[in-house]
Amino acid sequence: MKNINIVFAGLGGQGVLRASDITAEAAFLTGFDVKKAEVHGMSQRGGSVSSDVRFGEGIKSPMIPAGTADYLVLLDASQKEPNALYCSESTVIIDPGVIKIETLPNPKGLNVALLGYLSKMLSMISEENWQKALENNFPEKLRESNTIAFNIGREANNN
Amino acid sequence: MDCTRKLLNGDEAIAYAARNAGLNLGIGYPGTPSTEILETFSSLGGYAQWAPNEKVAAEVAIGAALAGGKAIVTMKHVGMNVAADPFFTAAYTGVKGSLVICAADDPGMASSQNEQDSRRYAVAAGLPMLEPADSQQCYDYLLLAVELSNKFGTPVILRLTTRVCHSKTIVKVGPFNEPKTPSYTKDAKSHVMVPAFARLAHVRLRKRLKDLEEWNCQNGPCTFLGPEGAKSGVIATGISAMHAAEALPEARIMQPGMTYPLPLAKIKEFVNAHEGNLVVEEGDPIVVETLLANGLKVRGKKEAFRFGELNVARVKKLAADDITPDPAPAPGKPPQLCPGCPHRLTFQALHDLGCTVCGDIGCYTLGVLPPYEAMDTCVCMGASISAALGMREVLPAEQAKRIVSVIGDSTFMHSGLTGLVDMVYNRPPHGHVVILLDNSTTAMTGLQEHPGTGRRLDHTETVRVDPAAVARAIGVRVEEVDPLAMKDTLKDFIQEQLDKEDVCMIIMKRSCLLALKHLKDREKAQAEEKKN
Repeated sequence: MKNINIVFAGLGGQGVLRASDITAEAAFLTGFDVKKAEVHGMSQRGGSVSSDVRFGEGIKSPMIPAGTADYLVLLDASQKEPNALYCSESTVIIDPGVIKIETLPNPKGLNVALLGYLSKMLSMISEENWQKALENNFPEKLRESNTIAFNIGREANNN
Repeated sequence: MDCTRKLLNGDEAIAYAARNAGLNLGIGYPGTPSTEILETFSSLGGYAQWAPNEKVAAEVAIGAALAGGKAIVTMKHVGMNVAADPFFTAAYTGVKGSLVICAADDPGMASSQNEQDSRRYAVAAGLPMLEPADSQQCYDYLLLAVELSNKFGTPVILRLTTRVCHSKTIVKVGPFNEPKTPSYTKDAKSHVMVPAFARLAHVRLRKRLKDLEEWNCQNGPCTFLGPEGAKSGVIATGISAMHAAEALPEARIMQPGMTYPLPLAKIKEFVNAHEGNLVVEEGDPIVVETLLANGLKVRGKKEAFRFGELNVARVKKLAADDITPDPAPAPGKPPQLCPGCPHRLTFQALHDLGCTVCGDIGCYTLGVLPPYEAMDTCVCMGASISAALGMREVLPAEQAKRIVSVIGDSTFMHSGLTGLVDMVYNRPPHGHVVILLDNSTTAMTGLQEHPGTGRRLDHTETVRVDPAAVARAIGVRVEEVDPLAMKDTLKDFIQEQLDKEDVCMIIMKRSCLLALKHLKDREKAQAEEKKN
């Protein structure tokens, strides 16, 4: 398997870092080498936030080089342009529009629903490991709504 | 040893290692990207404190280590400037226990006011320095630093960068060990730095650095990446080694873990066995200059690569001496003051008044951006007050009278108090007005406690240091208001204070909305815990 590069992008408060944490953990639980990069600091102030997840074998730099993203997961459509640098013609861009936000138990679950959508394309990670990673990243009271959001995302991806 | 594999960022890895090393104390001042070290250490059961500023933190840690305890002190790079005074002399006194200084640089300035290279401090003060490249090395090097500190009797710098602190990689962590209580031994000749003793201490310091260099050549941590037997050689430090391994897969890469004092003999051996010998380091050309000065035939980077972070693409260009500009990403959405942030009201009033605003370090520095554009200067922690006094001293009266200082509550505790003393002592001809934006938290770095919140690092209650009481005791007239309740009259109110031409501090008291939410969540959790 070739190493996988995923860029998550959105705005402060949307759960970009949580989404990348869950993905990195799911890959870790599967037994891959994983690195995850992000920049904190100003993110709580509503600005652009992005995070890189790389997994596979022998990952070196934690940052995804320009033009090598396999997936760009957008939590806000406006962030496509600022992250175009990471994309090539073969990059799969997942737009937040693939999830019907009104179907989610809580609109804040968009990040997890997009992970559900993404998970269908990452067959090397089992659904069980995604579920474990979700459980480890949310307090118990939020688990049910996030599981629902994750499944809505999976169902939205029929490919 | 019994090990567990975890996916941790560099800060967390250091905290886990600190628990394994059985540290007696972790202390620091919050600063991106170093903040999570102590927060994690505390959540893992370690004893951690926020100090009012980095100088105090360093001194407390030095005291703990002189007493025979093991301590870490954490800060961001600019905190090293604040703490430099005690470090330079602690290099002379040495330590009895262990002292590790975690200094987190921010190349590229993701969240900082400059991109200084703190490695210069190791050279200037004569303190050994370790530079990890990933979370596993953060873990291993913290343990090594604790050991070396004790073995050689010196504080040790663990130099981090934003990408190392905030990237998650896989770490093998060992079990936790509880701290041991040290016992005090008097050693005035080592610990009292009067000139007669200090002269001897300086000689000891230089000897110690020689010993450390030799140790580094023999036993120092050194990682090799890339194909064995490769012709072309690269010497890389910290995270740059990871970028280089990916950017230059044909090269053999040597990453010395201890970058001061450098293992010169060992590097010389590597250089002699390889060709090209490119030095890849972020920031200032420190390693390359040292190697060149010692007659090693190595090649450094062009000046263009002194700026910003390195990454895989930039290391490729660095190796090719390609200084064409990097492709600029389309601008993202800049950060801004949160909707409902109480600071907004003050900045609107200052904008409307046309004041000259000396600002400070925190969320509220965002007051410089549209729509408010209500900030004229921002230099370092506390300069809002002192720099404003300087401006008032030299400007003509009609301009001087428009000047105000704006400072946050945590920054005020950090470095505002001495400025306030100066305001009273060297009172400007037309007085001065300081606006304390008191949102009851250190918001910028992620809602940490400080002496003005009345809660310790782990959010347990302690005595609150009241800024109003302190200011009054210094001789400042204090006005405490809720900006939200004033709203439309805030502008006139500030003008009235300026017109009095005395020394005044207006405390704009209104909690950060994010901090309030966290506080309520904690109270709820505590109530539930009690029920069970």
